[in-house]
Amino acid sequence: MSDSFLELKDLKKSFTPGEYVLQGINLKIEQGEFVTLLGSSGCGKTTTLRIIAGLEQPDSGSVWLEGKDVTNLEPNERDVNTVFQNYALFPHMNVADNIGYGLKIRKVSKADIRKKVKEMLELVQLEGYEKRKPAELSGGQKQRVAIARALANNPRVLLLDEPLGALDLQLRRAMQLELKRLQKKLGITFIYITHDQEEAINMSDRIVVMNQGRFEQIGTPDEIYNHPKTSYVATFVGNANILKGELVGMDGTVAIRSENIILDENCKQGYSAVVKEKNFAAGQLRVLLVLSDGTEITASRFGMNANIQPGQQINWYFDLKNAVIVDNAKGERL
Amino acid sequence: MRGKISRSKSSAKHTHATIGMILPLYIFTLIFVACPLLYMVALSFATPGEVHGVQWIFTLDNYRKILEPVYLNTFVQSFQLAITSTLFITLIGYPFGYFMAKLPAGGKKKAMLLLMLPFWVNSLIRLYGWIIILQKKGLLNFVLKKLDLIQKPLKIMYSYPAIVIGMIYVLLPFMILSVYSSAEKLDWSLVEAARDLGASKAKAFWTVSFRLTLPGLLSGVILTFIPSMGLFFIADILGGNKVVLVGSLIQDQMTRGNNWPFAAALAVIMMILTTLMILLYRKVTNAKEVEGLG
Amino acid sequence: MMNTRNNEGKNSALARKAGKKRKASYGMKRSTRFEKIYLGIIFFLMYLPVAVVIIFSFNESKLPVRLTGFSLQWYEKLFADSAMMEALVNSLILGVASCAVSAVIGTLGAVGLSRIHWKTKGALEYISILPLMIPEIILGMVLMAFFYMLNLPFGMLTLLIGHTVFCIPYILMEVKARLVGMDPSLEEAARDLGATSMRAFFDITLPLIMPAVASGSLLAFAMSMDDVVISIFINGPRLSTLPIKVYTQIKTGVTPEINALCTIMLAFTVVILLVYSLIKKLKRKYK
Repeated sequence: MSDSFLELKDLKKSFTPGEYVLQGINLKIEQGEFVTLLGSSGCGKTTTLRIIAGLEQPDSGSVWLEGKDVTNLEPNERDVNTVFQNYALFPHMNVADNIGYGLKIRKVSKADIRKKVKEMLELVQLEGYEKRKPAELSGGQKQRVAIARALANNPRVLLLDEPLGALDLQLRRAMQLELKRLQKKLGITFIYITHDQEEAINMSDRIVVMNQGRFEQIGTPDEIYNHPKTSYVATFVGNANILKGELVGMDGTVAIRSENIILDENCKQGYSAVVKEKNFAAGQLRVLLVLSDGTEITASRFGMNANIQPGQQINWYFDLKNAVIVDNAKGERL
Repeated sequence: MRGKISRSKSSAKHTHATIGMILPLYIFTLIFVACPLLYMVALSFATPGEVHGVQWIFTLDNYRKILEPVYLNTFVQSFQLAITSTLFITLIGYPFGYFMAKLPAGGKKKAMLLLMLPFWVNSLIRLYGWIIILQKKGLLNFVLKKLDLIQKPLKIMYSYPAIVIGMIYVLLPFMILSVYSSAEKLDWSLVEAARDLGASKAKAFWTVSFRLTLPGLLSGVILTFIPSMGLFFIADILGGNKVVLVGSLIQDQMTRGNNWPFAAALAVIMMILTTLMILLYRKVTNAKEVEGLG
Repeated sequence: MMNTRNNEGKNSALARKAGKKRKASYGMKRSTRFEKIYLGIIFFLMYLPVAVVIIFSFNESKLPVRLTGFSLQWYEKLFADSAMMEALVNSLILGVASCAVSAVIGTLGAVGLSRIHWKTKGALEYISILPLMIPEIILGMVLMAFFYMLNLPFGMLTLLIGHTVFCIPYILMEVKARLVGMDPSLEEAARDLGATSMRAFFDITLPLIMPAVASGSLLAFAMSMDDVVISIFINGPRLSTLPIKVYTQIKTGVTPEINALCTIMLAFTVVILLVYSLIKKLKRKYK
C-alpha cells in the first residue's frame, strides 16, 4: 500500500551481477511537485527514471502510482510520459503526427487529435509547425515538440531525462524558465533529471542528490544548498571546501563554500595559509590556499585584488553560521 | 553507457514479443543450415550403400579414399589451378587497384561503378561471352586471322588457359576491391616524404606504398583463392572435361557416382580448408586495422 | 539560433571540402597517362564479353563472327521456346517467393537479435550468415542430401527452401546495418506514449528499416535469379530455372538464342540495379 501520489519502495537494480546501479532507494512524491534527480553520470538517475516509466524492470522493490502498484505494468499501461534525452522524435512523421501519436493509439477521433495538437503547439509556442519533419527543426524546437508530445497524453507524471542537455547555455536558461512556467500552469508532477546543479536549484520544488545508486540527500533547493548533509552534497551542489573540523576547532568534517571564506591580507585574524594560485574570471577572484596540513581550499570574492600574490602568507576566517558539519567526529554520516 | 542500459532486461510481455520475432530465424537456421551441415559430417563417416543409399556403419574409408592417387590428384589439380589463377589475378589486379586509388575523386566514383556493375550480371552470361570470343570459329581467331597473325585457328576453348581466363575474369573484381580499399587509405604524403628523403620512385613505392597496401593484397589473395577451388562450372563450361576440380568431383559423386558419403567427406575437407582460409583472412584484416592505427 | 546552426553546418562543409582538396593536391598522387591506359584496357576486357553477347543477339547471322545485319529473329525464337518460357516463369515465382519468405524471417530476426543479449545470439548470427561463406557447391550438395533424407520431393518446395537459406543473410545484414544506426529510444518513446511492443514495431521500427528491407530483398532476388550451383542440386528432374536452362544450353554449345536470352537478363539486371540505387538515394534523403 502507498498513500503518496508516487512512491518508490526499496528499488534495487543491477546490470552486471554484484554491481548495483540502484542500491535500494525510497522516495515519496506529491501531486504537482517538481522533483529533480541530481547527480553525475552513472549515479543511477536515468535508471530510476526508466523504472518509473516502465522501460526497465527493477530487480526488487516496487513503484506505486496513486495507491496502485504499477511495477509490473508495461510502459504503455502507465499514465506516465517521458521526454527523452535525445528527444526521440519519430523521423518519418511530421510534428503533428508526432504529437498526436499517443492520442491516435488511444483511438481519439481525428478532429479531436487535430485540436489537441494545435493546443499543444500553442502551449510550447510552435504554432504553425504541424507539417514540419523533425529533421527540419532546430534543437530547441525539437525539444519543444518532444515536450508537447509527452504532454498531449495528459500524463499524471512527466519524466524529463536531461531534456536541456543538448542545448546551448542561453537557450537552456530560457527553456528552464519556460518548463517551470509550463509545470506551474498544468499542475502536473515533473520528475526531472540533470547533472547541472544550477538547473536543479532554479527549477525544483525538491532536489534529490544521487550518488552511486543511493540518495545522498532529499530536500528543498535551500536545504540542499545551505545545509548539505554530506560532504558529497556540499561539494557537488555548492562547490564547497571540505576540511577536517579539528583544523578550525570543530567536530567531524566541515564544508564551507568559497564565497564564505574571508581573506585577511594583514594576517591579523583567523588561520594562516599560503597563496598557491590566483585566477580572475566572471567578475570573481578565486584564490587557491594551502593550509598548514597541506589541505587546499578555494576562497572567492567579487572584484579584482592586485595585492594578493602567489607565495604570499595570508590569513583566512569564516563566519561560524556559514560552516556546515557534514560528518560527525567518528567519520560517520549524520 | 545509456545504450547498454536501454538494451537490458525489460518487461515480460516485451520479451515475449522479441522471442516471437527471433523464433522463425532460429528454427529455420537450425533446421536448414545447421542440421544439413551436421548431416554432411555424419554422412562422411557412413558407409556407401547401393544406389545412393547409405548404411549407417561408421567408417573412415571415405577419408582414406581421398588419399587415393586419382582423387588426391584432383585436390592437387584444384590447388594448382587456384594458385595459377590467383597469381594472374594478383599481377593484373594489384596495379589496377593501386592505380584506381590514384584517380581523382570523380574518376574513382566512376571506376567503382564500372567495377561493381559486372558483379550484378549473372556470371554465366559473362562467361558465355568469352565462349563466343574464344571458340574455334570465334571472334578472337577471326580477328587474328584477318590480321594475318595466325594461319591455323588457336584452340583456346576447352583447354587449361580457357579455365584460367574464366577464373581471372570472375574473380578479378575481388582482388581489385581489396587492394583499392587499402590503397585508398594510403597517406600519400608518406610517399612524398620518402621521395623527399632521397628515395627513387621505385624505392619509395617498394618501401612505403607496397608495404602499406600489403594487407589489402593478402586479403585479396585469400578472397580469390577460396572460391577458385569450388567454381566447378567455370571448368565445366570453358574447360570441357579437361580439368577435374574438387567441386566437379563432388557434383559428380552426388549425381552420377552415387557415392554420397564420399562426396560428403570431400565437402568436409573443403570446408576445413575454407575455414582455415577465412581464419587467415580474419587475421590479415585484423593486422590491417592495427596497421591503420599505427 | 537557427542561423548560427546553419552557419556551423556550412563552415564544416567548407572545411571538409578544403580538406579534400588539400589531400588531392599531393604530387605523388597524380595518375599518369600509362596508368589511365592500363585501367582502360582492363575495363575494356571486362566489358568485352558482355558487349559481344548483346551485339550478336541482334545479329542476323548465326555465326557470332561478322555483323551481317540487324535482326530480332533470335528474340522471336526465344519467346517461341515454351521450355524456356516455363523456366523463366519458374525463376520469377521462385525469386519472388524466396525473397518474400526470407524478407519476413530475416527482418524479424534482425530486429529481435538487436534486442537480446543471449549467449546463443552470436552463434545464431554466425550460422545464419554461414550460407554466404561456405562454397556454393557444398551448400548445394548438403541440402540435396538433407532433403533426400527428409524424403522431401525435389521441386519448387526444395528450391524455395534452398533459396531462402542463402537469401536470408542478405536481408539480415542489410537490416542489421540499418538498425545499428537507429536510436533505440524511438521505439521506447512509442511504448511510453501508449503503444504495445507490437504496435511500436509496426509504427516506428518497420517504417524506418523499410529501405533496408527493400534493398536487402532486391539483392536477395537478384541472387536467386542468378543461382545455378545450388539450384542444380535441388531442382529435381522435371523443374528447371532460367539460369539452369542457360547453363545446360551453354554446355551444349553456342546459339544466338542464348545471346538474346542473356541480353534480356542483362536488361533485367540493369533495371533492378536502377531501382536499387533509387532506394539507396531515398534512404539517404530520409537520414
